[in-house]
Order: sequence, then C-alpha cells, then structure tokens
Amino acid sequence: MTEAYVYDAIRTPRGRGKPTGALHTVKPVSLATTLLEAMVDRNPGLDPGGVDDVVMGIVEPHGDQGGVLPRTAVLAAGYPEQVAGTQSNRYCGSGLEAVNQAAARIRSGWEDLILAGGVESMSRVPMGSGGDPWAMDPETNDATGFVPQGISADLIATTEGFSRRDVDEFAVESQERAAKAWADGRFDRSIVPVIDVAGQVVLDRDEHMRPGTTLDDLAQLRPSFAGIGELGGFDAVALQKYTRVERIDHVHHAGNSSGIVDGAALVLIGSEEAGARHDLTPRAVIRSTAVIGTEPTIMLVGPGPACNKALDRAGMTVDDIDLVEINEAFAAVALKLMRDLGVERDITNVNGGAIAMGHPLGATGAMLLGTMVDELERRDLSTALVTLCIGGGMGIATVIERV
Amino acid sequence: MTDTIRFDRDDDGVVTLTLDDPEQSANTMNARFQDDLVAIAARLEREVEDVAGIILTSAKSTFFAGGDLRDLITATPDDAAEVAATSARMKGAMRTIETLGVPVVAAINGAALGGGYELALMCHHRIALDDPRSRIGCPEVTLGLLPGGGGVVRTVRLLGVVTALTDVLIQGQQYRVADALEKGLIDAIAPDRDTMLADARAWIAAHPESVQPWDAPGYRMPGGTPSHPKLAANLPAVPATLKATLKGAHYDAPHHIIAAAIEGAQVPFDRAIEIETRWFVDLACNSQQATNMIQAFFFDLQAITKGGSRPDGHDRWLPTRVVVLGAGMMGAGIAYQCAKVDLEVVLKDVDADAADRGKDYSRGLVAKGVSRGKVSQEDGDALLARISPTGTAADAAGCDLLIEAVFESPDLKHRVYAEVEPHLADDALLCSNTSTLPITQLATGVSRPEDFIGLHFFSPVDKMPLVEIIVGDETSDAALARAFDVVMALRKTPIVVNDSRGFFTSRVIGTFLNEAVAAVGEGVSPVLVERAGSAAGYPAPPLQLMDELTLTLPQKIEAASAAADESAGVDHPRHAAHDVIDRLVDEFGRGGRKDGAGFYDYDDGTRTGLWSGLWEHFGADTDTHRHDGDDQLLVDLQERMLFAEAIETVRCFDEGVLTSFADANIGSILGIGFPAWTGGVTQYVDQYPGGTTGFVARCKELADRYGDRFVPPDSLVELAESGHPFRPTDTR
Repeated sequence: MTEAYVYDAIRTPRGRGKPTGALHTVKPVSLATTLLEAMVDRNPGLDPGGVDDVVMGIVEPHGDQGGVLPRTAVLAAGYPEQVAGTQSNRYCGSGLEAVNQAAARIRSGWEDLILAGGVESMSRVPMGSGGDPWAMDPETNDATGFVPQGISADLIATTEGFSRRDVDEFAVESQERAAKAWADGRFDRSIVPVIDVAGQVVLDRDEHMRPGTTLDDLAQLRPSFAGIGELGGFDAVALQKYTRVERIDHVHHAGNSSGIVDGAALVLIGSEEAGARHDLTPRAVIRSTAVIGTEPTIMLVGPGPACNKALDRAGMTVDDIDLVEINEAFAAVALKLMRDLGVERDITNVNGGAIAMGHPLGATGAMLLGTMVDELERRDLSTALVTLCIGGGMGIATVIERV
Repeated sequence: MTDTIRFDRDDDGVVTLTLDDPEQSANTMNARFQDDLVAIAARLEREVEDVAGIILTSAKSTFFAGGDLRDLITATPDDAAEVAATSARMKGAMRTIETLGVPVVAAINGAALGGGYELALMCHHRIALDDPRSRIGCPEVTLGLLPGGGGVVRTVRLLGVVTALTDVLIQGQQYRVADALEKGLIDAIAPDRDTMLADARAWIAAHPESVQPWDAPGYRMPGGTPSHPKLAANLPAVPATLKATLKGAHYDAPHHIIAAAIEGAQVPFDRAIEIETRWFVDLACNSQQATNMIQAFFFDLQAITKGGSRPDGHDRWLPTRVVVLGAGMMGAGIAYQCAKVDLEVVLKDVDADAADRGKDYSRGLVAKGVSRGKVSQEDGDALLARISPTGTAADAAGCDLLIEAVFESPDLKHRVYAEVEPHLADDALLCSNTSTLPITQLATGVSRPEDFIGLHFFSPVDKMPLVEIIVGDETSDAALARAFDVVMALRKTPIVVNDSRGFFTSRVIGTFLNEAVAAVGEGVSPVLVERAGSAAGYPAPPLQLMDELTLTLPQKIEAASAAADESAGVDHPRHAAHDVIDRLVDEFGRGGRKDGAGFYDYDDGTRTGLWSGLWEHFGADTDTHRHDGDDQLLVDLQERMLFAEAIETVRCFDEGVLTSFADANIGSILGIGFPAWTGGVTQYVDQYPGGTTGFVARCKELADRYGDRFVPPDSLVELAESGHPFRPTDTR
C-alpha cells in the first residue's frame, strides 16, 4: 500500500472577518496564491508541474470565491498549466476533507502529489450567503429539524450539563494558550505573512486573539443565541426532538465561540516516491481518516464518533494518541469531545484554537492538521488526532503520525 | 350561455360579470361554476376588442363562498390527477381574465372568503362594500386546506412572502372590510352598492390598459424574493416559527402553505401556480387532516348551528330579561355575555356589593374594548347599563330566564332556587351552570323540573365558544329548544348531552389528564409528558393545565365518585393518577398554581419550571439526552391521552350521554381542547389508520402495556369486527 505523507503545511495568519479586518482588502484568490507561491519558495526541490491537483475547501464557493477558485489560483500563481484544481465543501470540515481526499488519492496509487487545504474570506463572502436548502427550503428545513449551530451548541451544553462557567473557562484557556504559542514562536514555521502588491506586509499575525481575556470579561457578554432561539422558534424545534430537555441553557456567546476570520491553508501530501523525486522530507504520515453522520439538530456531536471510527480504522485506541486537536467551533463542542474520548485538557488544543484565533470555514481543517505536525515535532511526540464538528450533523477526523 | 355567471355588456363596453348561482343561496366553486368561468374567459378573450373593462360582482348577499367542500372532503389519492386537472383549468381561466389587458375590478358586495377572495385577487382593483357582516380572507388553513385557486401565489406577489404568510395564509384571518383595507387585501371601500359599481366604472375609465402589478414591467416582490439577502436571512426561521407556534403538533396545511409560498416566490407566476396546485392536491386528496377538519369545522359545525340537536316543532324563543345567580367568575362572565347580546341582566349575589364586584368584570372588558377601539364608549356604556347588580331576590321579578352559577353545592343551589323562583315569570327557563352535578338531582329543588336544564359554560365565558346543554330526566323538549335558542342568542355553540356525572366534557377531559399524571407516577420524565401533550395537539401541556385546574379538584371529584359508586354498590376502579395527585397534595403540599406549587414551581405567581421533586420522588431519569425508544415513548404517551378520551366518549355513546357525533366532535374541540387536527373525538376513532379495526387493535396494545382502562368497549369491538366505522356514514 502506498502511504500518504505530509511534506509541508503552511497557512496565512487569520484576519478579523469584518470590513475592518486586515485581510478584508485581500482577495480570496490572493490568499490562495500567497500559499501556492510560498510552497514553491519553501521547498526548492518541488517542481510545481509535478503537482497533480490542488484541492481546497471553500464553504461559500461563489462571488469572490466562486467558479473553481483553486484552478484559478493555480494559474494566477504561475503554476504550470497541467496542474488542476478543485474545491471541496463539507461545511466546516472542508479543509480536512481536502486533506483526507488527497491522502486517499495518494494511497490509491493513481496520483503522486496533491496540494490540499482551503480558503475562506468570511469578511468578503459571508457565511450562509450562498443559500442552503437545509435552511432555506421550508419543506426540507421542517422535515430535518434545522436549527442554527449556536442553538445546537447550547443544546449540547444543556444535555451535557456544561455550565456557563465551564464553557467560559475553556475559552479563557484557549486565549491563554494561543497567546503563549505565539509568544513562543510555535507557529513560526507554518505562518506565511500576507504581502500586498507593493511588497508591504498586510498581516503576519492572527488578528482575532484577545490575550489576557478573563472570566470576568466573558461574564459581561450576553448569550448570542437566546434571541433567535426564542423569537426564531429554533429552541422549540430542538426541544421537540430533545423531549427530555425542559429548556435550552444558552451559554455560548462571542467570547466562547469560534471567531469569524479570513485565512487560507495548504498542505503538501504525496507518496514516498514523489517525495524523493521532489527532494522533500516527510514530516508525518496520514494513518487514517473518517467521516460520519450524526443526528442533525444537535448537529455538532460528530467529532467523537468520527474519531472513534478513524482510530478503529488505524487499529489504534485513544491511548495511542499524544495530542488531540478539535476545532473550537463552540466551547461545548470541544468539552463534549474530551468527554466522549476521555482525554484531558492538557493534551487537547495545546496551542489554543478557533475561540482565540478564529475559524476560516473552508481552511480550518488544514490549519489544524498543520498545527499538529508542527507541535508533534516541537514536543517530539508521535501521534495526533485532528477533528472538526460539521454542519448538517457530521464529524470528520484524521490520525497522523510523525515519521 | 352561462348559468352561474351573468354577462352584461353596457354601451361603454364595460362587461359586468354577476355571480348568481340559481340553485344555491350562495355562490360556490362547484362544477357548473367552473365550466361557466372557463366559458366566460373564452368569450372575453374572443370579444376582447369590444371589452373596455370588467366588473366582477355578485347578486347574492355574499360575494362568493369558496370551494365545494362536498367534493373536497371525498377526494382520495385516486382523485389526485383529476383534482389537479380541475384546479389547473380553473386557474387557467382566471389567468386568462387577469391578463386580457383590460381593467378588471372586483366589486365585493359581501363576504369574500377562500375561493371568493381568490376571485377578487384575480382582479386588478378591489372595492368592497362597507358591510359590517362582510368578511374577507383565506381561511382554508382552518379546514386543513390551502388557497388553491391562486390565493397563495397572488397574496405573495401582492403583499410579499412574510406578510402574506403571517397576515393571510397561515392563520386564515377573516378581516372586516376596514381591516382588509388597512392590510392591503382590498384597495377601496364603498358606502353602498351603487357607489361601489360607480367607483368600479370610474376606475376602469381611469385605467384603460390595466395589468396586475406582478405582470407589469419592473415588478418587484414586496420584501424581496427568497434570494434577496434580507428575506434569505429570515427564511430559516419561517418553518421554525410555525413549529414553535404549533408546539410540536404537526399540521399539514400551514406546512404546505409555507412551502407553496416560498417555493412559488422563486419562479415565474405561471410556474408558481403549478407549485401551488401540487401542494393543494396533496392536501385535498392525501391529507387525512383535511378530511377531519372539513368534517368538523364545516359540516359538523353547520349541522349544530342549523339546530341538529334542537327538538323540532318549537318556535324560536328569546328571553327578555335574565337573572344570573352568583356573581363569581362564571356568573360575572355569563352576565357580560348576556348584556353583550342586548339582554337585560339582573346579576344577583348575597349582597349588592358582591354583585357589583361581579359587574366589575364587565366594566373591565368594556374598558379594554374601548381602549382598543373595538367598542365605542356609547355602546360600552349601554352594555354596562343593561347589567343591574343586586342582593335582593325580588329584583328578579319578571325574569324569564334564570342562569344559576353559584358554588357547586346542591344544598346551596336548592336554597337560591327557592329564594328566587317565586319572583320569576311563570314560565321562566331555569338553568344551572354546574359543570359536574347531575341535573336531575338539582331539578328536585325547583317547582317545574320540566323547565330545568343544565347550561355548562366554559371559562372565560366571553372567550370560550362552547356551551354544553345538559338534559335532565324531567327536562322537556320545549325547555331544550328554548335553551338551545338561548345559547345561539348568546353567540355560542351549543351541544346537547344527557345527564350523567360529569356530563360529557368534564368526564372526558379528566381521562386525558389522568394519563399524563399517571405517566409521571410511572417514572416517565415529566418533560416528556408535557412534550407529548403538546405534540398531540392539546392547547396546553397537561401538567401545566392540571396546575391551573388545581390538584384538589380532581381529588374532590374522585372522592365524590368513589362515594357514589360505593353507595350504588359497584366497584370503583381507581386510576393510578390519583396516587400521584394524593402524594403531591397530601405529602408535598402542592395543590397547583393557587398554592404557588404543583407539578411546577412558581415564583410570585409566575411559572418557573417543573418541580425537581417529580424526578426525585417518582423515579424519572434526570439524564436529558435522547434515549433509545424516546420517539416511540412520545407516540405512546400521545395516544394514551387521545385514546383515553376517545374510549370514554364511546362509553358516553353507549350510556346515551351523547347521541350526536357532530356535538361530540365540536364539543371536544371547542370545550376541552381535543386537538383540532383530529376533527374531534369521534372522528379521531374513524380516522385512525385502519379505522375502527386499527383503533381497536391499538386499544388492545395500550391495554396490555398500560392497563385495562384501554380495553376497547364491546360496542366498538363489534363495529370493528364487522368493518363498520364508529360514526354511521349517513350521519356525516
């Protein structure tokens, strides 16, 4: 069996996903070309003409992110014309989906070298702007019990008994860890600053972080989803399915949910032979991958089952895992995964997560994978589990091992 | 030549289409009308060069009544193709008239509901006659249907998606003319018929090349189409809001309306019409709920108001002067309702002060009505002037109607009858508003038991539409006819039942509540119990309702009923619910809302949540995750409640308490909150999958699982075995 190796993993810094954010003036295609160009610069042996395909997660593939942006970016970055491009969409799991599909294609032996990642400029192409029959088509919405993710996250907190203090403590820790990771230079290896046309630095650091955030600060914030839960009828939708829950405890707010940001990520994945051909050093191998569907209204409980599926497939148990990286879509999602797997906070999201640094939808999965490759090396550990919760009630997971 | 639509062209080329079905007192969308409309559309198209404009009006007292429900209630899945074709043909004719390029004006001379308003919507301008009895709107949803004559497509294009849904389609509001104008359903109001027609002509003259707004170049849907970001942001909440409103009960019609409206808003007009037809046909042919609701809210209600349970051969009677005994909550409400329909009311209590406090209830309602502009100060004052509070029995002199609403004590009732009877008119009708005491027994306290009858009002009297008339052993047909007329005069819906403990409504509602309470005792999560009640379609969750009714009331009723059974020497089956109620009241001091503690906790009168002791003391699992089998548990709980009421109703028929299926259906829905989608408690039996056979089989399952009280009555088993429905077809 051909193995799929991770040869490199890079990302842009994440800009605040608002018109005032640093990356709002940067086109999504430019975020992608920044990384495509950097990948060649960083790996002198890499012949871009040897890349079979560029796969990027894009959750809102329209407007600035429309067409087939990865192919457009390939051309714009000056890659040889034989390099193809495509986008993938598995909502928030898109970036890891791109990685997993690339790994599968390498393992199939049909392709040798693939760039997988994602891009999302949430400030320019807002979340939900592309429409979605799940939410927008009344027949489908009604039949499947659609609720916005924040309601689902609050429902998780309610059924799990996570208090407002529990989720806020998790969020404070996320901020502290992210700040420390930056201060220690733990992201230095993978960050590619975004440079403007004149050569000036637009952004070289995650912009969304709020270092020094305290529990008292967070206590001031009002729940974000109580309003739509009540007025939009979504609490009622959830409670009609969760018939033992008397009322939903709305604990999530802007300070313990993932930040809306702009950013891109790219992972170079290939076979052993391809690595040798392009003079690349393997950093990790992709042991297994998994996706799974779970009940759609609570929606965000997929990571646990997805991780177990990936571990089973790798012939491993959670005890074989050194570090766990769960996308911090909402604090309760991460707390729920830790409970499901029985893992401790000290090996989970060791460098903070999306609560501090943000969640650029299509790119996040690839960013988390890169963070784990860096951190395994830094700590001289072996295995990591990367997972994300996904809209529509899905989960995705990847097991990597250093080589 | 068309039979139901007259075609008159005047010298100016204005064609007046007069709707006037020669075979009916109201125009409906029957087969003859459909043929005629198609013919008219074809003729107008042929002669369009000679047509300057079109006025659509009616020669009846109403404009047009709507679809032919006889046809719709019998439509089955096999009829889908035909119903779709018929619908498409009608709508094609309407579209032809709408797009002739000449002005089309609706002169709405009376009620235009459902199909009637849809005909008006086809017109470019709508003028309504200023008639206080007139109503305008699309009430199809209340019959389990949707406006399938273009009503969804056109209201969406006229008002916008959200406004059409909330103001017209989902609730089926019936607007008075002034409100219809304010809401934009019509364009103008005319004070009289001649002015209305003159205004129609004037509008035609001023708009020689009229088209519908949605056919005009540059048309934009008000509020935007579903792809517009502003509307798109709110769309996901539309079905959710409906779910929240319905509290988990599934109603086909509003669901289909939302789908037809939103899907239709994304495509051109003619394709939207096709989408509307599909959703309509699904309701008309495939929805059991539509059959249930048409039966109950059209045919059964009509049978009742036409006097189905009123003995023949007695002249219509109207009281002139009423004495209401007891100025408590019920007496005060009854007095208000009497005064509201122009009756003179003597409101008597132990003294003038107590009686006057009862009148305060009417003062409050009048003040509220005046402040909201629903009642003029003058009319409100006149209403109040008709209520004379008193503490003196002699003030009842000459009253020809007595309605007693004192405390539920036979002795007290007998005392007040004796006190007031000598002052009444010789032939006064004597009524008691008791909700549980046997009428025959109470009748022993009056000198003319043949004129004594039960009039069971529901609280709050001014809002609740039902009155249960209870016929005692001695009650005469004449008295029943008079009582029936009284209820109709009070603008309430009468049902007629025979005397027995709890009559029909009080007896049946208790069985539903008992199931909910018993489930708590079995260790079912009380949250699940409440959810099940709501999902079944009950207006209030059962434990919440128990707290409102008080837990001590069922304790008293149970004690009385046990005592009665004991003195009669028969076994008294005790429902497991009473173990729970007794513990709550006797062990924990939680008698309901009045105690500030019941199944729920209360903070200063506000319900804060279910009492945690329900889990602790009755064994429910506190884990709130979904458990395997929860969906089945939810269905079982719903059906325990619905079946318990249905089985008790069958017993009421067996015992002769009930004799009318229409009365049972309407009484159950309007009086005790039996879910409307079922079409009422007897319709629930017949509409259950498999009919009586399926119902009986399910009874046996429930009996095995939950107890002998679900064993189906023999009468029903016999019907099931011979393949007969519970309700004979000829009574529909």
